[in-house]
Amino acid sequence: MADEKENQQQNQPEQPKPATPPPPPPAKPAAPAASPKPKGPVPEPWTSPLIEALTARFEDQVVKSYRFIGQNQVDVKKDRIVEIMTFLRDNDISPFTYLVDETAVHWPKTEEFEIVYILYSFDKNEHLRVKSRIREWEQIESVVSVWSTANWLEREVYDMFGVRYANHPDLTRILLPEDWQGFPLRKDYNIRLQDVEWVRKHLGIESGQKYYVGEARAEEGDYITPQD
Amino acid sequence: MSTINEETLFDASEITVSMGPQHPSTHGVLQVKLKLDGERVIDAQSVIGFLHRGVEKLGENQTWGQWVPTLDRMDYIAAVSNCLGYCETVEKLLGITAPPRAQYIRTIMTELNRISSHLLWLGTHALDIGAMTVFLYAFREREEILKIFENYCGARLTTHMFRIGGTQYELYDGFESQVKAFVKDFPAHVAEYETLLTENRIWLARTRGVGVISAKDAIDVGLTGPSLRGSGVAWDLRKAKPYAAYADFEFDIPTGETGDTYDRYMVRMEEMRQSCRIVEQAIGKIPDGPLMAKITKIIKPPVGDIYHSIEAPKGELGYYLVSDGATQAYRARVRPPSFVNLQALRQMVIGSMVADVVAVIGTLDIVLGEIDR
Repeated sequence: MADEKENQQQNQPEQPKPATPPPPPPAKPAAPAASPKPKGPVPEPWTSPLIEALTARFEDQVVKSYRFIGQNQVDVKKDRIVEIMTFLRDNDISPFTYLVDETAVHWPKTEEFEIVYILYSFDKNEHLRVKSRIREWEQIESVVSVWSTANWLEREVYDMFGVRYANHPDLTRILLPEDWQGFPLRKDYNIRLQDVEWVRKHLGIESGQKYYVGEARAEEGDYITPQD
Repeated sequence: MSTINEETLFDASEITVSMGPQHPSTHGVLQVKLKLDGERVIDAQSVIGFLHRGVEKLGENQTWGQWVPTLDRMDYIAAVSNCLGYCETVEKLLGITAPPRAQYIRTIMTELNRISSHLLWLGTHALDIGAMTVFLYAFREREEILKIFENYCGARLTTHMFRIGGTQYELYDGFESQVKAFVKDFPAHVAEYETLLTENRIWLARTRGVGVISAKDAIDVGLTGPSLRGSGVAWDLRKAKPYAAYADFEFDIPTGETGDTYDRYMVRMEEMRQSCRIVEQAIGKIPDGPLMAKITKIIKPPVGDIYHSIEAPKGELGYYLVSDGATQAYRARVRPPSFVNLQALRQMVIGSMVADVVAVIGTLDIVLGEIDR
């Protein structure tokens, strides 16, 4: 299943391979056309002794650090994620011994997953959000060796997004059944198509449900019925 | 019987037992696969997901306000906390704060909800271990709290009390006297439960030294809430990162020492008293003023992401929301405390007896609606 997906994706996106790190759209104030009237908060550049130490240690791995609505964030590359996380856990300035959450966000336009780690330091009483972007077909190293909390959290990310973690002790589905098709929290996941197929296979009839192709927020015109 | 191989039946050095998903002590549909050597647990594997409803996917397909009633169905024992956490997260992203009157109402309701959640935990946990009476007493007091909820918003469990920007309903006549009467009597009731359990020899034998987890391991596996405090870490988000009106009140953070089931029991009993203390301080001085902040009918938060967490009765309940400026969330993530806490089950039961598994599941205080979402 996973291999199949990989092959599909390997084929199509040959041309748009950006060599430079992709721009981070989520926290950009760059105001699309439909932006609300109040200009909204803007991420401001931010640094701390810890971030400086991190940058000194992994100079080419730290993309940028910033603050958004009072919350500290740092974007890093995925290649040395375990080393970075181990450093963040074991440093003396602000040891982030507690992994609060690990999750992902799908950005289909750039064919990327943003892996989000939320860390907490009991000593300094602060949160830090570490983000790392991977292309849809790429693997990222598992951080279970750093915090054992990550075990189930990464299994859930795999279950919902299909992100394949390298060196994870038990990367299987956790909430959905083993034979489930697809990864539901991807933006291109199509629940109605799956429902139609299930009804066809198990009941031998056409469900008549309409489903759509393409993006989750498709226009009404994109809806097709199984007869089409 | 015929399916069991006779050789393995009589040479049963290791057997695998499936506990649940239909088992009264698993508090819902949780399956635990136990590998046993006689009566001793060698390995345990939790199988979850039976209640999965796709809450996070729903959050991406409902408007910001519409998702709130869905969240009440996660931890249905503590629906008020779920609601508070989400509303505060969206408010933070919008850059608004609820008016003081709403903050006080939120604090009182959340604390009452914490008491009711702990009462349900106490009743079922004691029932699992074999103490029947406590269950009846705990539900008697829980009923009083649910009556207050029902009078306030019309629902007892899935309350949907708060809105993004404040609260919907004004307090009803007689709210203050009803809550005051409850708060006055409640500490005596806690003492009543304690006479039944705290020095009970059977209770001590079933809880002391059972499911021990050290503070370091607890942090590593991500335990939060009373389960973490039972291991001696005095960490409570109400103190560490105060939200709602908690900064205005005095209360203590009870902690345990050894991190066993008995310590977690003591922590939760004391927490009920502390919650009672918070409500007592808050009820007399609810400020006057509006219930809702100024907020547009159609909620469109600015582009960006936010993480905010609160101290739910079970632990740290967090929301990570990504907005692309639309009327729906681009990504809506819930960090449920029970899901992360249940992960600790394996290391807490390995080496203990089968009967202790029941005690450990009870002491983790899980709700499967929240784990599976």
